[in-house]
Amino acid sequence: MVKITINGRNINAPEGVTVLHAARENNINIPTLCENEAVAPYGACRLCLVEIKTAKGRQRLVTSCLYQVEEGLTVQTNTERIQKIRKMLIELLLARCPDSDVIQQMAKEHGVTGGRLTPQTGNNKCILCANCARTCEEVVGVSAISLSKRGVERELTTPFGEDNSDDCIGCGSCSYSCPTGAITMEDKNGTRKITWPHNEMKFKMKKCSVCGQFWAPVKQVEYVAKTSGTPVTDYDICPNCRE
Amino acid sequence: MAKLKSFGDLETLKKSITGKRDPKKSVIAICNGTGCQAYGCKSVTAAFQDEVKKQNLADKVDVMPIGCPGFCERGTLVMVRPQGIFYQRVRPKDVPEVVAAIGKNSVVDRLLFTDRQTGAKVTHESDVPFYKKQRRLIIGNNGLIDSTSIDDYLAIGGYNALAKALKMKPEQIIDEVKKSGLRGRGGAGFPTGSKWETTRNAHDEVKYIIANADEGDPGAFMDRALVEGNPHSVLEGMIIGAYAIGSHQGYMYIRNEYPLAVKNMRTAIQMAEEYGLLGKNILGTGFDFTLKIQRGGGAFICGESTALMASLEGKVGEPRAKYVHTSEQGLWGKPTNLNNVETWANVPIIINNGAAWYSQIGTKGSKGTKIFSLVGNITNTGLVEVPMGTTLKEIVFDIGGGIPKGRKFKAVQTGGPSGGVIPESMLDMPVDYDELTKAGSMMGSGGMIVMDDKTCMVDMARYYTEFLEGESCGKCLPCREGLRHMKAILTGITEGRGKKEDIALLEEICATLGDAALCQLGASAPNPVISTIRHFRAEYEAHINEHKCPAGVCKIGAAAVK
Repeated sequence: MVKITINGRNINAPEGVTVLHAARENNINIPTLCENEAVAPYGACRLCLVEIKTAKGRQRLVTSCLYQVEEGLTVQTNTERIQKIRKMLIELLLARCPDSDVIQQMAKEHGVTGGRLTPQTGNNKCILCANCARTCEEVVGVSAISLSKRGVERELTTPFGEDNSDDCIGCGSCSYSCPTGAITMEDKNGTRKITWPHNEMKFKMKKCSVCGQFWAPVKQVEYVAKTSGTPVTDYDICPNCRE
Repeated sequence: MAKLKSFGDLETLKKSITGKRDPKKSVIAICNGTGCQAYGCKSVTAAFQDEVKKQNLADKVDVMPIGCPGFCERGTLVMVRPQGIFYQRVRPKDVPEVVAAIGKNSVVDRLLFTDRQTGAKVTHESDVPFYKKQRRLIIGNNGLIDSTSIDDYLAIGGYNALAKALKMKPEQIIDEVKKSGLRGRGGAGFPTGSKWETTRNAHDEVKYIIANADEGDPGAFMDRALVEGNPHSVLEGMIIGAYAIGSHQGYMYIRNEYPLAVKNMRTAIQMAEEYGLLGKNILGTGFDFTLKIQRGGGAFICGESTALMASLEGKVGEPRAKYVHTSEQGLWGKPTNLNNVETWANVPIIINNGAAWYSQIGTKGSKGTKIFSLVGNITNTGLVEVPMGTTLKEIVFDIGGGIPKGRKFKAVQTGGPSGGVIPESMLDMPVDYDELTKAGSMMGSGGMIVMDDKTCMVDMARYYTEFLEGESCGKCLPCREGLRHMKAILTGITEGRGKKEDIALLEEICATLGDAALCQLGASAPNPVISTIRHFRAEYEAHINEHKCPAGVCKIGAAAVK
């Protein structure tokens, strides 16, 4: 355990955890959008910036999702300087995704009204945090989607930008991990539809042989059977009926 | 050629190389750098080779293609040695006359450089004003050797430093580099010796070293000149560094747009391997070190160390936070020491001459010399190497020859696209890492873009913002979105759509980038905007309030009325 202080509070935190983690464990809120505990920290949205002072006296701004706790660290999460940066970041987000209710809510909480920057269209709530692509690669292990191009042209895409990604198993993890609701998923009449900012895909669902409910995309079931080395027939019954 | 197996073998080889050379023979040295190639130096070189034969002077005169000596404005450059005659703007048709003059021990007057101030012709290279105030420790050797010949490099004392270093303890070498005060020439100016020490002390068996030759700043070409013109100096520095750090594998990351640099470095590596100066059991000491070239994929951001390493690993070249230094966890998670090409080229000089000698050159916090690429509205475009602490005025006016076409100096931008502008009032500033940072600019890799009074500072800021917007990797929000809006606002101002609030808004976005961007590309990107607002605010106001571009660059009359 290491001793740190956050906003004047003395905290004991396990070695190796990030400042953001330590703050959360102690009910100190630091805003963030691109952080997701299922994947490795990325540091793209910059909202979780905090001011630190090390035991040696070095002061600087760091992203708390990446910076690890260390003995004698002093952290300030909400100074005037931090608030100013956060406001500008949220203003930039609001201009990028004016229709996102998550961003709108965040703007309201931080007193950002917007209007100074020309809003963009066509981004469909996507803030390019890469949570979806990182989840697809790191958690699911299929890399069916990723970010392509650079800078302002950066976008979420399937391999070679094709409408359909053969690798996608339709698991919907991207949709679950999206912080702004830019990726949506809908199961209806035995079909799952996943909508990304620039394309959508449909998946045939598997029907439970006991209750008759459609419970998972056929491709996902095949993928799970293959990676776990179990027969596909094991998945004829849905998890609810299996219990 | 048999491999050199000992220090003695190296000495013997050197003696045999110098012994074969006739000191009485004249050498016609023709710049074959990329700049002079654009002037047609290849046909000039071929013409010299033919003409020397034609005039039966082959036993008296050698023809030698050399690396870039720096004075690109006057290419193709031809030097006749040992007489030290300097010819400029040489074309193939001039060649017979030059060769004949050597035979007759005379000089072709019309090809000599004319000193603009005195109007006098300058015969000797050392008297040319462009070179006079320079101290060319590093780039000077470019003009003395054929970069594709390792024997030429050995003849001027090449690999002496390696032999000396291999007799030292690694810690002694690091100590020497630390004492020399050498700081990273890639821009950040981190103390090189300390970086080496951290990598050496990192707990891992496998360590890597990298030379960063991904020179991407528009108008900067000093690294290219070094890799093309004297690749062995970089190689020698790297082998010494590898030995000091305890690394056995190195990479040279060269941008793909530098084909000649890649070619010459490949030749240099092959020759050094054949001589046993690179590879297994170097000079019989038991030290192994191999070096591979990796060509960049065309992204400016890959000059950033963590992005470069990602690219080397075959991943997308995007930077990551450096809270854990690359000297502890870099390439493939192993301790990695990355230095710029010019930094590596300084190492043999320090080892040969000692830290005490080296640290006499320069200022208190910045030691040695620095190569700048002097471009823009300047009479003498080219590469300039001066001791740290030389004033901007000396560089721009004494060496650079001032502003052409009788125009006035307005500002100089240092450090590449994300550097700041420095106005006339600050020209007496001595150039070193700390002074430039204090002035709101940076050393960067050493680009110097001179601007005359016909340059619009708002348009200039817009241009660099657009460049950086195009080169931002897009990973972090402030850089990607901030630059997008900065460009839009600046474009609006240059097109007459500027609003009174724009300057304050620009300043606010700039401050956010500086504080919140993930890497230095984003954090330094506001420099052109902030520095022009600071020093040339009136120009912004003229565009916004009066719809006028004082420099006459932006066409805003018609657009503004609408």
